[in-house]
Amino acid sequence: MANIIVNGTRHQIDVEPETPLLWVLREEIGLTGTKFGCGIAQCGACTVHVDGQAIRSCSVTVRTVENKQITTIEGLSRDSSHPVQQAWLAEQVPQCGYCQSGQIMATVAFLKATPNPTDAQIDANLTNICRCGTYERLRRAVHRAAALMRT
Amino acid sequence: MTNTTLSRRQFVVTTVAAGGAFALGVGVASSPAEAALLRDSPWNDDSMNKPGEINAWVVIQPDDTVIIRYGRAEMGQGSFTAMPQILAEELECDWEKVRPEYASANRNLRDNKVYGTLATGGSRAIREQGVLVQQAGASARERLIAAAAKRWNVATTECEAAMSKVTHKMSGRTFRFGELAVEAAAIKLDKEPALKRPDQYKFIGRRLARLDVPLKINGAAKYGIDLEVPDMVRAAIIKSPVFGGTVKSVDESGIKSRRGGVQVVKLPNAVAVVADRYYRAQAALNALKIEWEVGANGTTNSTQFRKMYLDALNEKGAEARHDGNVDTAFAGAAKTIEATYDVPIIAHAPMEPLNAIAHVQGDRVDVWVGTQNADAALTVAAQNSGVKPENVYIHNTFSGGGFGRRLGPDEVGQAVAISKIVGKPVKLLWTREEEIRQGRYRTQAAIKFKAGFAADGTATALEMRNSAGSGNPAAAQNGIDQQTLQGLINTAYKLPNFRIISILKQTHVPLGPWRAPGHSQNVFFVESFVDEMAYAVKKDPIAFRRELLAHRPDFQQVIDLLVEKSDWGKPMPKGKGRGVAVHESYDSIVGMVAEVTVAGGQVKVDRVVIVADVGTVVNPRGVENQLEGGMIYGLSAALFGEITVKDGRVEQGNFDTYPVVRFKDAPKTEVYISPTPGKRWGGIGEPGATMIQPAVTNAIFAATGRRLRSLPVRGQDLSGSV
Repeated sequence: MANIIVNGTRHQIDVEPETPLLWVLREEIGLTGTKFGCGIAQCGACTVHVDGQAIRSCSVTVRTVENKQITTIEGLSRDSSHPVQQAWLAEQVPQCGYCQSGQIMATVAFLKATPNPTDAQIDANLTNICRCGTYERLRRAVHRAAALMRT
Repeated sequence: MTNTTLSRRQFVVTTVAAGGAFALGVGVASSPAEAALLRDSPWNDDSMNKPGEINAWVVIQPDDTVIIRYGRAEMGQGSFTAMPQILAEELECDWEKVRPEYASANRNLRDNKVYGTLATGGSRAIREQGVLVQQAGASARERLIAAAAKRWNVATTECEAAMSKVTHKMSGRTFRFGELAVEAAAIKLDKEPALKRPDQYKFIGRRLARLDVPLKINGAAKYGIDLEVPDMVRAAIIKSPVFGGTVKSVDESGIKSRRGGVQVVKLPNAVAVVADRYYRAQAALNALKIEWEVGANGTTNSTQFRKMYLDALNEKGAEARHDGNVDTAFAGAAKTIEATYDVPIIAHAPMEPLNAIAHVQGDRVDVWVGTQNADAALTVAAQNSGVKPENVYIHNTFSGGGFGRRLGPDEVGQAVAISKIVGKPVKLLWTREEEIRQGRYRTQAAIKFKAGFAADGTATALEMRNSAGSGNPAAAQNGIDQQTLQGLINTAYKLPNFRIISILKQTHVPLGPWRAPGHSQNVFFVESFVDEMAYAVKKDPIAFRRELLAHRPDFQQVIDLLVEKSDWGKPMPKGKGRGVAVHESYDSIVGMVAEVTVAGGQVKVDRVVIVADVGTVVNPRGVENQLEGGMIYGLSAALFGEITVKDGRVEQGNFDTYPVVRFKDAPKTEVYISPTPGKRWGGIGEPGATMIQPAVTNAIFAATGRRLRSLPVRGQDLSGSV
């Protein structure tokens, strides 16, 4: 049994404690916005927040996040109104879109720590992979989100 | 149809984009529910002749919703928005009412290929289907008008269509499209209406927001990996790591008494495990001890392959093109130069690993998959199940990138085979390692160039001897596979004496189309050697290219803009350099200039300027997106892309050993469109991936004097350079 709190809701889940959080989110709770990309914390498609910190849920066991506050893309806002999502919409960032849940979650955590980032800080701290190559738009959207969050 | 057709959603987005960040704080953003008529799953119900179906492409429902069928797959390239944009131009409908859905592969089979091919590749969605879709829209509009005119008992010439209404001009009476659709569907036109001229376009050419984006910022879009069907089991798989190998034995002792209904399924060349959860299936698969029958392929490696492709350059080969007489020209040349280039195999690595759900039941098969090629998925599912193709239904989903990997539906064949064995719907998911190790790779290739010049430095002759593998060797004719010569045989450069020799060589490694197949490696080759030719006769690389393109004013126009925007010719500090590449592919001309810094043996691409002439632009934002993204895709190949084979199997397995471009590697990028509306519809999904590779290595040469004749850049010694 694992006790986890996801997007404010507590779940008791009957899984092996070494199950990666990613698969608990996707297959036990049905939150499929968090994606599987590599399984070894390389790509960031599975990024969620645990107590506000961005983590790669494919490489964290459900045991280690029990009773912590987990936020997924579905819990970021009810209506895509989070400034980071709004910036993504305005800059029309996604192409295939598969990595974008992870990109958005990574950015939300990053901007909390770095509210007014430079390009160099973005490049050094955001390490999620996008195979469609949306980095130019991602950078613009990160700056736009930062500006929105300052207002 | 001016501002009124800009829906509130479009207006909000474009205002924000133009007005800067402050505008969004004021304007309330549209919620996804409002913004997207698009459903989270794009497939349709495979039915034919629905009420209000005016033709196979357009259904108008009583509430005025316009369903537009899309004869391709959306994998990020944006044509799920652009194709409906083209149709809506002719239909004169309210964009806010448009709801695209995928065309049905099953119907395509039963209805005499009404959608042509559904295969998504070759940058040809708009090139191939643009006019078809325009005609479908125009035809539907005229039939709606005819239905209204009939009701009013007036001449059709007295009526006009706009914003999803038909209006009788004199009386001002109107009908909504939704009120007319059923009658319009029954009307036959004497002749198909003429299409608008490009100067009449009101909707084509707009920077419309993509319809799928609202679903892709909140986790709502359903990819193949996200779907569930009732009573489904989940499967993990490993195929023989040596291509062509078969299963010899499976030791299941490590997975006894595991939870989750674990079952081992043996296929001839792969082993799968099904369970109630993917994680359990994968963990059990990892615990199996599998022996493979690999044969002689198990002793091969990339070093041998490279030698084979390079040695092959000395073979006679097949003459694919010969203009003038290169032998005579070389004999009379004042100067000749030669160089040999080669590239390794590379994998696609789309973000979403391959997956499919298959349900084989009796005489029916259903497959849920994000595929680039729904027609082929249907064929493969029929073959692997033994069910008639007419009874196979492909529910095509959004896909997390394709880039060519999702054209050959290997995952569909496996999922169908497993479902048939276990008698249940099966969701099969590949690991990233499986995706990297079971690719249909870009071919390893080598090329030997020779160029001849007159005494004044004019290029007089060029020979290319190319050795490469074919993705479809059975289809090669007379030793020539046109795809391996893409970008060589159709080069825009004009020389009086020009010869191409093709030498095809296969290994056991499966090959397939990688974004811009053929062009992808060949543009690196040609644009690098043309650069060498320029330096050999002490000419500016752009000035030299202009000479070889003197017959192409369209190219000159692209180059003019490229020179202007890229600061070409302006001095750069030590250790920095600019490199150029230009090429025509998929009916588009694209030029790129890359700026690099080389320091401490490390290469950083600082800035890339891209200029494109794509003919008629449907959606400028889409063109920019594809050029930026294609460039990054090609940059991964240039900087890092290398798959190596040892003991017959791929050594890399994930993004730690097969690195790709991340933020830190991604240059500042500028895209400029050189507009030539009305000339043609150019493709744009692939061209961006090619030019960047030589633009970067040409820039490295400009910065360091070091000419890189192999890729990737990573691992090559630049430490001694300036």
